[in-house]
Amino acid sequence: MATAAVRGRLTWQTATVTSVVTETDAVRTIELDVPDWPGHLAGQHLDVRLTADDGYTAERSYSIATAPGEPVAITVERLDDGEVSPYLTEELRAGDQLELRGPIGRWFVWDTSDGGPLLLIAGGSGVVPLRAILRHRQRTGSDVPTCLLYSSRTIADVIYHSELDMYRDGAEVSYTLTRSQPPGWTGYSGRVDAALLAKIAWPASQHPLALVCGPTSFVEAVAGNLVALGYPAGRVKTERFGGT
Amino acid sequence: MVALDGNSIGGLLFEVFGTDLTAAQTICATCGAAAPVAETVVYLRAPGTVVRCRTCGSVLMVIAQIRGMSCVDLGGMAALDTGQGG
Repeated sequence: MATAAVRGRLTWQTATVTSVVTETDAVRTIELDVPDWPGHLAGQHLDVRLTADDGYTAERSYSIATAPGEPVAITVERLDDGEVSPYLTEELRAGDQLELRGPIGRWFVWDTSDGGPLLLIAGGSGVVPLRAILRHRQRTGSDVPTCLLYSSRTIADVIYHSELDMYRDGAEVSYTLTRSQPPGWTGYSGRVDAALLAKIAWPASQHPLALVCGPTSFVEAVAGNLVALGYPAGRVKTERFGGT
Repeated sequence: MVALDGNSIGGLLFEVFGTDLTAAQTICATCGAAAPVAETVVYLRAPGTVVRCRTCGSVLMVIAQIRGMSCVDLGGMAALDTGQGG
């Protein structure tokens, strides 16, 4: 099953947008119908290519937001000076077509056989592939103890908030808000630093597996702190994104 | 320019090499460090794509694409192991 998903050629194909869901002010989830989709693993991404009338092309990678077996979707954050994301978040409508290739990635993935305990740490829209992992864990009935720590600027920037709040049965979701906190906020505040990780991370003695996704500076700080807590580097998988 | 990592060139490497290399192990020819491609340091527009060792910073791989041609320099790598044998 997993093998079938990664064999074969990687070719550009045309997908059709089936819906566009507003997640936050700047973030949309774009659900896609991809006729020849070979299936994907939780945590994989795809490349999107936009072509202008004059032939100029721009390519970007986006994490797949859905679990294996679910229709393909990507969640895109608008970068105001971006070349691609303003189009994807503001112009694209159901019925429009989009050129993409995927699925891509064999490292930053999780399947039930990889076990845990699982530590997922997200900075901003780095939550997208980790959401796919949580959904996969849920859909497969996995009982791997799982903890997601999600760092966001404000409560209004939290993507998938209502969905993430529903997790139970061994999956715990915590938030830290770095810029401002609403009145009565009971979650964490401030950056994901060594002290916060020491509080929420599984002890290294339990042989946890960590997946960290976010902007480069966030990922490097978190990964460094996890290694300092005794996590072997090979058990800390990272994925960085940047505004390009 | 912000450095990303090897996940970001999964599609490009697939296009050039015909397989997903993100989980393949690289060995740096300069310092000998082993790491999955996904965990290398990647500059997407250097110009061209430049892949560096996260341990010592040496260049592992350079890929430049122009007019449909891909130029690939693997000189900084002692090995690239896909784990698929053969």
